[in-house]
Amino acid sequence: MTALVGPNGAGKSTLLTMVGRLLGLDAGTIEVAGYDVTRTPSKDLAKIVSVLRQENHFITRLTVRQLVAFGRFPHSKGRLTVADEEVISRAIDFLDLTELEDRYLDQLSGGQRQRAYVAMVLCQETEYVLLDEPLNNLDMRHSVQMMKHLRRAAAELDRTIVIVLHDINFAGHYADHICAVKDGAVVEFGTPAEIMTDDVLTRVFDTPVTVVDGPNGPLAVYY
Amino acid sequence: MAESTVPRIRTSRTLPTPRARLRYRIVVSTLVVLAVGFTFGLLAWDNPMPVGSDGFWRIAELRATNVVVMAVVAICQAIATVSFQTVTNNRIITPSIMGFEALYVAVQTSAVYFLGVAGVLAVKGLPQFVLQIALMVGFAMLLYGWLLSGRYGNLQVMLLIGIVVGGGLASVSTFMQRLLTPSEFDVLAARLFGNVSNADAAYLPVAIPLCLVAATLLVLGSRRLNIVALGRDACTGLGLNHRRETMRVLFLVSVLMAVSTALVGPMTFLGFLVATLAYQFADTYDHRYVFPVAALTCFVVLSGAYFVMRNVFYANGVVSIIIEFVGGLVFLFVILRKGRL
Repeated sequence: MTALVGPNGAGKSTLLTMVGRLLGLDAGTIEVAGYDVTRTPSKDLAKIVSVLRQENHFITRLTVRQLVAFGRFPHSKGRLTVADEEVISRAIDFLDLTELEDRYLDQLSGGQRQRAYVAMVLCQETEYVLLDEPLNNLDMRHSVQMMKHLRRAAAELDRTIVIVLHDINFAGHYADHICAVKDGAVVEFGTPAEIMTDDVLTRVFDTPVTVVDGPNGPLAVYY
Repeated sequence: MAESTVPRIRTSRTLPTPRARLRYRIVVSTLVVLAVGFTFGLLAWDNPMPVGSDGFWRIAELRATNVVVMAVVAICQAIATVSFQTVTNNRIITPSIMGFEALYVAVQTSAVYFLGVAGVLAVKGLPQFVLQIALMVGFAMLLYGWLLSGRYGNLQVMLLIGIVVGGGLASVSTFMQRLLTPSEFDVLAARLFGNVSNADAAYLPVAIPLCLVAATLLVLGSRRLNIVALGRDACTGLGLNHRRETMRVLFLVSVLMAVSTALVGPMTFLGFLVATLAYQFADTYDHRYVFPVAALTCFVVLSGAYFVMRNVFYANGVVSIIIEFVGGLVFLFVILRKGRL
């Protein structure tokens, strides 16, 4: 799991959406798993990399399970097989949505809906999963739960997850690698231990940061 | 209680419970019964000959053209509006804001303005009908193509330009109408209300195939439309080319709208009303189920309104008025009762 961090407007989301071919490139090339994202047909890429934006237009009268089922579209083109249904059930159970699967999306809280969208992307069964600020609008409990779910997905389902995070402490605790972006360029890349230092964080965020030893590892203090 | 003993079957199909499936079947059957009822009513009511006799069929045949026109208009308006709302991600607009009707009004008005009462005849006839469709589709494609392929092309800008151009055309038409003599205006006004009797049977050999082909293509693409409804990013993420899909749908929508408008004139509110009602009746997101309900609802609304106008109020011409009045009330009732779109 790799976390993208950086100040506002640094280009974290832009980078992520370009990798996920939601945004065209101005120059250069991006390769995912050896495939050039601008040249590879979109429908083939959809089996290699999945991407989730912050804001999603949600449809009324759509249940959680039906939404998650859309994740199978690259594989089944909308004609679900028994095997697809099993994958869908697994993704739903994985994110603890089993009880909610027949609820309509507009009957869910923000956090539950966010989980449903993540289940949809996991259901796509791609090796690479790109998530743009999935912790947005989530409270402490739901943020921690979401990160734990994603960690498990990375470990148990063997996915490579790239995630844009705002809170450096979440990145420090849950990610395997941290990629710091500033002014449209990657300025630091390393393990949390390498990035979570006073001097690196102060430079990246342009604000004084002190890293202290917390009960579960280093904590960045910036207020 | 019975439900708790049976293990719940986990399925992602559109209508997951037996109850939902039963409800859908009842809705469709009711609509079919109403559609058949109104069709029969239109053909048989006031028909002086006994039902089934030779004379009955001869009279019914004369009226059958109107019924066929209604079916064509129903399919066009219903399928076009539902698809248009999906690609624009907006449940409260209709494709007519793209300026189809303004263009139709402008063509009709300028014909009368420049050629006098004879102008109404000048824009009647099969070649003129085909020309009008081509003009409307061409106009729409120009707008879509220019705005969606450019660097800053986006749907909101396209809609805005469509509204502005439509508004401009409407103003020019209004201005020309001011300068007409009262008798010319009277002749023109009859053409500007959406009216099934505007259609000429000679148009049908062109209108029916166009309508059927475009509608079939849209219905066959239902599964892709379901994905498009998720929005551009989610759609691209799932491997569907959003721009190409949008262009394809908009092109087919413009064909359907052009056929309907050139055939009977403006029906601004009908598509919107029917699409909204269809979502309420079908109670699902899935286009495969919404489309049939929308087309049936549209036919029922049209034929019902026509039947009432013809046999209750004896006001043959102005079906669109009753549709907008009664339809508007029904629409408000449904929305206020359910509280959502």
